Amino acid sequence: MSGKVIICRCNDVTVEEIEALIDEGVTDIEEIKRLLRVGMGPCQGRTCMPLVIAILARKTGKKPDEIPLPRARVPIRPVRVEVLVGGDDE
Amino acid sequence: MSKVAIIGGGIIGVATAYELAKLGEEVILFEKNYFGSGSTFRCATGIRAQFTDEANIRLMKYAVERWEKLEEELGFDINFRQTGYLFLATSEEEVEAFKNNIRLQNKFGVPTRLIDMDEAKEIVPILNTEPFLAGAWNPKDGKANPFKTLFAYLFRAKELGVDAREHTEVVGFEREGDVITAVKFRSNGKVESVKVDAVLNAANAWAPLINEMAGLKRDLVPITAYKHQLVKTEPLERGQAEPLVCPPSWNDAYIIQDGEDGGIICGVGIEHRAKSLDDYEPTYDFLRGVLRYATMIAPPLRYAHIVRQWAGFYAKTPDKNPAIGKLLDNFYIAAGFSGHGFMMAPAVAQAMAELIAKGRSKVPLDWDWYDPYRFERGELRSSAFQIG
Repeated sequence: MSGKVIICRCNDVTVEEIEALIDEGVTDIEEIKRLLRVGMGPCQGRTCMPLVIAILARKTGKKPDEIPLPRARVPIRPVRVEVLVGGDDE
Repeated sequence: MSKVAIIGGGIIGVATAYELAKLGEEVILFEKNYFGSGSTFRCATGIRAQFTDEANIRLMKYAVERWEKLEEELGFDINFRQTGYLFLATSEEEVEAFKNNIRLQNKFGVPTRLIDMDEAKEIVPILNTEPFLAGAWNPKDGKANPFKTLFAYLFRAKELGVDAREHTEVVGFEREGDVITAVKFRSNGKVESVKVDAVLNAANAWAPLINEMAGLKRDLVPITAYKHQLVKTEPLERGQAEPLVCPPSWNDAYIIQDGEDGGIICGVGIEHRAKSLDDYEPTYDFLRGVLRYATMIAPPLRYAHIVRQWAGFYAKTPDKNPAIGKLLDNFYIAAGFSGHGFMMAPAVAQAMAELIAKGRSKVPLDWDWYDPYRFERGELRSSAFQIG
């Protein structure tokens, strides 16, 4: 492959960065997520997490379904603060 | 050289492993989940010396000096930045209390000062100055990236020979009299055992379970897990709310701009006792409550989007001060940080490593103050100033 292959479009994380981290011994998906910020952008990992799991499976020899998805965070889609604060104040 | 087992792969356990290895000890570190999975990876990133008692001020003064050099020492970008903490007073009585705290902090070399709202507005451009009378401002307080800091310590610890094992649960001890002789642990379904010369319980919210395995009363060091929740907005332009901003009388609500991506992290002291030690479920009442306060502190936040909410544990002791010290001849504890473990880690880890390896430490840590047996004696300290 030539050029950079972006895995996480929210935070511009490349396949090379993910592979380098796994090579350093960081193989837990929760740790990879936090060190590279994959899945921590507005899309909440909907695009990148299946790809990260595929890379992790290939590098570690695990089956993809043996790798749990990282804990999901609410809200699933970004919500404007004023919608949540509502008419409680003022 | 002796062999030390550390239980708990959060920032306290990992940093202590590094410090012990630096002193030439052999270390085996156990984490039953992934590294940082307890409280460390869920913290709000803040680091402050603005406490209200001598022991915590002196410890954090020293910790901040270590933080200042940590990036260079560990050779890893941990994004430590001294963006300050700004506490805001809403009444004359609170201004007087701030002045007393500032006098105490200044006495120990922490450069906090009282500022007016014009200066506060310069520091935090989105601040609503109208409800506040004055601020307590320490520009040397700050924040760092908890994920990178933990791994910076971990990578160096491994280089120094630390045997760091995640997804490995400690299940028991062998004890002869007041000496722990071996640690039993489960890895990939198999139980094994390792002979040790000393053990550190750094399991924070889980520490009472470890004490019980060591044959001590579970509540010898009473630690209760309270959910501390946080909410984060989409990235905002840098410099909008870089310091941690907190009016303590508003239920300890606070905002702080994340050093990595610029999103605003918002917290508030709405307490939920965790149903279990797996209960990380965020709650809707928190979301509504925290945003009401956050938009009162910084009205422009109304127009930002929330991208995530999460919960971690404040592993609280009755006086909100951690338990740090010796429980048996070779069994030590550093747990119950009540929300201050990340900021204290560089100082506590060094102190604990020196205590284990040499029997004494040059860190200004008041061992009597943090004595783990104080609860059993009914000797509570004045409550450590805790936010949220």
